Amino acid sequence: MSLIGVVREQQAESRVAATPETVKVIVSLGYEVLVETGAGLKASFPDSAYQAAGAKLGSADAAWGADIVLTVSAPADSEIKRLKKGAVLVGVLSPALKPELLASLAAQGVTALAMDSVPRISRAQSMDVLSSMANIAGYRAVIEAAHEFGRFFTGQVTAAGKVAPAKVLVAGAGVAGLAAIGSASSLGAIVRATDPRPEVADQVKSIGGEYLLVEVEEKMESSDGYAKETGKAYDQRAAEIYSEQAADVDIIITTALIPGRPAPKLITAEDVALMKPGSVIVDMAAAQGGNVAGSVAGQKVVTANGVTILGYTDLPSRLPAQSSQLYGTNLVNLLKLLTPAKDGKAVIDFEDVVQRSVTVVQDGAITWPPPPVQVSAAPVAKAEPVAMPVKKTMSLRTRAALIAAGMAALFAVVSLAPAPLPQHFLVLMLSVVIGFYVIGKVHHALHTPLMSVTNAISGIVVVAAILQINDTNLLVQILAAFGVLLASINVFGGFAVTSRMLKMFTRGDK
Amino acid sequence: MTAQALANAAYVVAALLFVMSLAGLSKHETGRTGIRYGIAGMTIAIAVTVWLSLSGSWTDSTLLGVGLLVAALIVGAVIGLWRAKVVAMTGMPELIALFHSFVGLTAVLVGWNGALHAKELSPELAGVHSAEVFIGVFIGAVTFTGSIVAYLKLSAKMSSKPLILPGRNLLNLFALLGFVVLTVAYVITPVLGLLIAVTVLALALGWHLVASIGGGDMPVVVSMLNSYSGWAAAATGFLLGNDLLIVTGALVGSSGAYLSYIMCRAMNRSFVSVIFGGYGIEAPSESDEEVGEHTETDAASVAELLSNAKTVVITPGYGMAVAQAQYPVAELAKKLREKGVEVRFGIHPVAGRLPGHMNVLLAEAKVPYDIVLEMDEINEDLASTNVVLVIGANDTVNPAATENPSSPIAGMPVLKVWEAENVIVFKRSMASGYAGVANPLFYKPNAKMLFGDAKEKVNDILKAL
Repeated sequence: MSLIGVVREQQAESRVAATPETVKVIVSLGYEVLVETGAGLKASFPDSAYQAAGAKLGSADAAWGADIVLTVSAPADSEIKRLKKGAVLVGVLSPALKPELLASLAAQGVTALAMDSVPRISRAQSMDVLSSMANIAGYRAVIEAAHEFGRFFTGQVTAAGKVAPAKVLVAGAGVAGLAAIGSASSLGAIVRATDPRPEVADQVKSIGGEYLLVEVEEKMESSDGYAKETGKAYDQRAAEIYSEQAADVDIIITTALIPGRPAPKLITAEDVALMKPGSVIVDMAAAQGGNVAGSVAGQKVVTANGVTILGYTDLPSRLPAQSSQLYGTNLVNLLKLLTPAKDGKAVIDFEDVVQRSVTVVQDGAITWPPPPVQVSAAPVAKAEPVAMPVKKTMSLRTRAALIAAGMAALFAVVSLAPAPLPQHFLVLMLSVVIGFYVIGKVHHALHTPLMSVTNAISGIVVVAAILQINDTNLLVQILAAFGVLLASINVFGGFAVTSRMLKMFTRGDK
Repeated sequence: MTAQALANAAYVVAALLFVMSLAGLSKHETGRTGIRYGIAGMTIAIAVTVWLSLSGSWTDSTLLGVGLLVAALIVGAVIGLWRAKVVAMTGMPELIALFHSFVGLTAVLVGWNGALHAKELSPELAGVHSAEVFIGVFIGAVTFTGSIVAYLKLSAKMSSKPLILPGRNLLNLFALLGFVVLTVAYVITPVLGLLIAVTVLALALGWHLVASIGGGDMPVVVSMLNSYSGWAAAATGFLLGNDLLIVTGALVGSSGAYLSYIMCRAMNRSFVSVIFGGYGIEAPSESDEEVGEHTETDAASVAELLSNAKTVVITPGYGMAVAQAQYPVAELAKKLREKGVEVRFGIHPVAGRLPGHMNVLLAEAKVPYDIVLEMDEINEDLASTNVVLVIGANDTVNPAATENPSSPIAGMPVLKVWEAENVIVFKRSMASGYAGVANPLFYKPNAKMLFGDAKEKVNDILKAL
């Protein structure tokens, strides 16, 4: 049974890698959990709650010295030194940006799992920290903007005059962008969104935003679920859109990130200058260099024309209780994957793409980058290869020929038939036509009652049997009586069951 | 004015009443009036026929006939009313299938009587009469055994898997050819042996036709047998020269055919292929499905999800009928509606084992019919729905039908539940549905599985609410 240590984060980080709720689940997986004293304080989880959930409390050394160490942010060098050889460290490690961190982890002889390297495949969604944190960040970005913005988001008509709704532009409709669009529109703002991937248009619309399409002859296909860098013509047209929008909107939230590269510059200094005084820009990519000219990572900047640019990089950390819970759940889901036997022993299986992808250092050897994982969910790739099988519809000519042949056959039969038959055919034909027209109008919900009533009506064969029952032949009489018996079961049963059914159908508003 | 003339006039009235009865059933509001017309028509028809058969001269056999008639009518009425009263709404498909078989058997008996009853006819008419006997017996017998097999399959007394005999399409074709040959032979020389032969042949054909149709196609089969029973009645009308029988039989026959056609369209199946006993059904293709991992959930979290939702759509399937879950489901809908959640039901045309089966079950559980919508009415709204509960449905909510052109159910219109924000699938296990097709819905990121008996699980949710 391994010991899992939950450490207290550094000063700037308010989140914690496990909450009392997730501790319970970890314990049920067979692990022992040790929480550093005061680890959850900033996220409003007191030590006593952890104890109640089944964790032990301990010193920093004890927590860092556990078999498996859970953190949120990447450890400092002094903290790495405390890890014991062969331990497993789990946290957000940004392997692409911090090769030196991987090197020092490898030197310490530990195994490191980077939560931000979870591949974007359906089954790994429950462990996708980037998504779960981006969701929170998007929400918080709107709240920060609203805090700085000196007006309502929603439009109102009051006795003191009319209030126009705020206009919000969200650049990038990824997880964070969509969260921001949803939050802003539920506050009542008019929300517009841009994104190089046209397939997100529906998603934007579904949460209340308006998608601004950049119309260029260039397709954006994403095979790994993330956005890629865009082409020249596209950038030019996009820049025009941003300039137009900057002059019009009150709030801009930028979320454009390309994994492993500096953030693209979307909003130029000229665009910022076009904005009205009092406008707010939230640059969610500030940590990676920023989407907005003039944004400073971690700072609030007010420009000469009175536009506030927020470059906060700790947006998820500003909702510590919520983000700890979601992050903790992501960790739990990873631990579940690592302990299939629920016996408190973590096993890393390199055959599994998720486990392979998150493992950036294994027993002192750097195993990053992992082999690329193709996301099967990309809708673009398999859009048009095979057309849906379309049922062959008869051409007009064959149909006309069939009808003519049918008519001719009917004509031949009736003209050759002896006396009473033609009359019967006429009756039959007209009844068939009536039947089709009457049934065509029946409401789908009434098909079962219809069937049971037609069933009762087809008990009309009882008439035939009755007509035969007075025959002079005894056998005929007995057979006819049996027929009457069967058909009358049908008649009475059919009508009775239909009325029983119809009585059940009731309207809601009565 | 003869008795026959009076009877004919009454028959016209009865026929009109039957048409009005079917027309009345087209709407919920007029349904009950419709059935009254039907009962009136039937009463007139039977009363007049009884009177007609007694209006001739009285002999000993008339006396015996009257006795038999009264006894048969009373016994039949008692059995029929009793069955109608005790049947569970989930057992409707079986009952209706069984009733169809009675019509079929009666038609066979009437046909045999027509043959046994020696009537003096001109040679030309005698030939026609013989042919009519054969046609009546043939359709009746096919309906009889077909309905019996359908009954056995629906009541799970027989495996619902399609019976696949080698060359089954040829068998059917030979049976039809055999019927034509026997009819011609009988018209030339009417001997009893041929009549027995054709009866046996038709019984075997009816058995084989329905036995080779899988359980998933049952709604079509039941409405198709409904149609056959109508044609059987019409055939006896020709035999006896009775227009009422022809009119009524044709009404039932065409309505059943139309219903089957609607069902086939809803399943994207060819009408012809279903009528001819599973013609052209292929084995489901294997292993090209993208198998992913499904997420499980529990009743408590579903309850929480539901109480936070604004719009909920419930799409029931045959599984709801099997688990008898319609009452808790209705209760759930009621509770959520009281909480201000907009709850609606989306019914696929072929959900269940009978056209409109789900509607009847929900109506039984007192779900108001104005929140029970058809697939076409609800499909547009599914994308803006917070939670969809899929209760015991599988193939009717399978995205493979629209997304995977090589899927055996490709092109079949389905409820697009996967477009909703959250989908909760109530299911006993991960097994595939009747069509034998894997369902990628279960692996969609917004879908969660709730395993177990649908009734228990819904009850758990109710408790958690």
